[in-house]
Order: sequence, then C-alpha cells, then structure tokens
Amino acid sequence: MAVVTSELVLEALQNRFGSALLTVDYPYGMLTLEVTPEAIPEILRFLYDDEILRFRFLTDLCGIHYPHQEGKELGVVYHVHSLENNVRIRLKAFVPETNPELPTATTVFRSANWQERETFDFYGIRFTGHPDLRRILNMDEMSYHPLLKQYPLEDSTRTDKDDKYFGR
Amino acid sequence: MTEQPSQLTMVGAPDGHEGQGFFATSLEKVIGLARANSIWPLPFATSCCGIEFMATMGANYDLARFGSERLSFSPRQADLLMVMGTIAKKMGPVVRQVYLQMAEPRWVIAVGACASSGGIFDTYSVLQGIDKVVPVDVYVPGCPPRPEQIIHGITQIQELIKNESLRRRHTPEYKALLASYGIE
Repeated sequence: MAVVTSELVLEALQNRFGSALLTVDYPYGMLTLEVTPEAIPEILRFLYDDEILRFRFLTDLCGIHYPHQEGKELGVVYHVHSLENNVRIRLKAFVPETNPELPTATTVFRSANWQERETFDFYGIRFTGHPDLRRILNMDEMSYHPLLKQYPLEDSTRTDKDDKYFGR
Repeated sequence: MTEQPSQLTMVGAPDGHEGQGFFATSLEKVIGLARANSIWPLPFATSCCGIEFMATMGANYDLARFGSERLSFSPRQADLLMVMGTIAKKMGPVVRQVYLQMAEPRWVIAVGACASSGGIFDTYSVLQGIDKVVPVDVYVPGCPPRPEQIIHGITQIQELIKNESLRRRHTPEYKALLASYGIE
C-alpha cells in the first residue's frame, strides 16, 4: 500500500477537482486548499470514500470573518483527518458577506450538524440542506451574530467599569 | 491528657425582658432567630465559586455550624438562593425561574465577582450580574471568594433575617422592588 502524503492527496484532488481548487499552500507544513464553496460536499465525499485516502474524521469546522477581503468576507474552514494514514488537510471556502450561503457537510459527516449550527450562530453563515439550522450556544432571542467584526465584544449593559481603567 | 473545657456555644437570646422564670420578647425576634439559624440554601453553582462552596460545606469550614445543615435542591423548600459562578445570558431565565419557584420569605446571595457583576467576563454572552434578573440581598466579592468569605456572606444574610420585620414582604417598597424586576 502506498504511503499517503499531502502530495498524493493534492494530486488526487487536482485530477478530480482541478477547477474547484483555487489556491494551494502549506502553512506550518499542513496542506491547505482554498476551494469553491459549491464543491465542498463533493470533495469531502471523495476524500471520505476513496479507498486509499480514507479521510473519515472531521476534526473541526469553523467560521472566520475577514471584513476587508472583498467578496470573500466570510469563510468556513474544514479540518479533515485520515486516521489510518495519519494525514490531515485543511479546506477553506469563502463566501460574500451579502449572501453567506454554502452547502452543508452533514451529508458526509453527521458530526458537522452542531458545528455548522455553531458557525451559523456566531457568523450567520447559512448551510443549505442542513437539517436543523438554528442557534446552538447563544440565546435564541439574540438578534445578531456576535463574532462578526462589526460587533463589540463587550457587553453594553456593564455599569461598574470605568473606561479609563480598561483602555477603552 | 489534660481535660479540654467544653467550648459549646449556643445562639444568644434576642433582646427582651428577663426575670425570675420568664423571658419576654417580640414574636418577630423569635421568628427571626429561628429562621436565621435554620436556613435551607439552594446552591446554584455554575463554576469555580461552586467548588469553594463545596469546601464551605465540607468538614473543615462546615457551614452546618451556622444552621445551614441541609441543602435544598428543590427551590420549593429553599430559603436562600446561592448563585455561585458565571451566569450566561442563556442561563439568566433559569436563575429567574428558580427564584420565582421559591416561597417567601426568600433571600438571594451572589457569591463571587461573576454573579455580582459579570466579573472578568465583560462580553456579549454573559449576564453582567444576577441583579439584572433577580433582587440580591448580599454580594460576596472574590474570584473566587474563600470559604471564610462565603461564611461571612451567610452570616450577613443571618443578620438580615434576624432583623427583618415580619411585615417587610407586604410593604409597598418590597412590592415595588419585585415589580422593578417584573415579578408579580
């Protein structure tokens, strides 16, 4: 059996999804691909089903907000792990702030359910096809998505803090 | 081995008139004395202050010495709501619900910086003090407070209970206080 390396994974993905892969990078030695949002479920499915690659563990799925990256303000980062080959890769997909929508990964990993709910809760990214997309950690009455950069971290109802002692 | 003198102390009698074979005081004081020395606390412990509370209940500090022998895990039988730890905004309605389920007379103690003011968690998801949702009688500072401080808070509650008028819960001031929290 061939030893599965990042290069082998990249080659397999390039053969199959050439046009969906936008950038390739190795930050801290980990293969990181930026891909088109539409291709995410297919790529995850391919990585999962492939008899050699066997990426069958979704380590993490999270959101990110780059307000100055025009047209690509919001992103979703997927970390997948091939436990048998001990190889990890990272996938990133960016969507515009005006229409933050991309297909759900729950069709491949059922564990993505809560992680996508969390990403929706904090960033307002909508995962189409998600079975139950509602807030998971914040209170249901909350009217905004708090980790978007335009919202302050601090609570506005705080009364006992003097700004001059807290550097605000 | 030297004999140790017995150090057993009892709760002192309230102010009153004493004479040969009788002791007279007001009913209010007797009831206050009884209530103050048999508090049933409901521990609402969410984080590290709760761990300090466990030490407070343990043998070294022994809150039972002050009459709080029995914890009540049902709000229906509890006299004192002890909120110990960070209360997230999502948890706020739960604290309020527990408070509403307690029968009068009821007292509330906010243990630690988070329950008192939000503490270090000046953030969108944390309630900035439980007094945003329920009225609080005693605040215990500290992050977390030591068991001695929690005991001091309890003895302050006891002082409040001893000196509380039996009519207090019927006064317009008290009703206005509850109304300001949207309770009845």
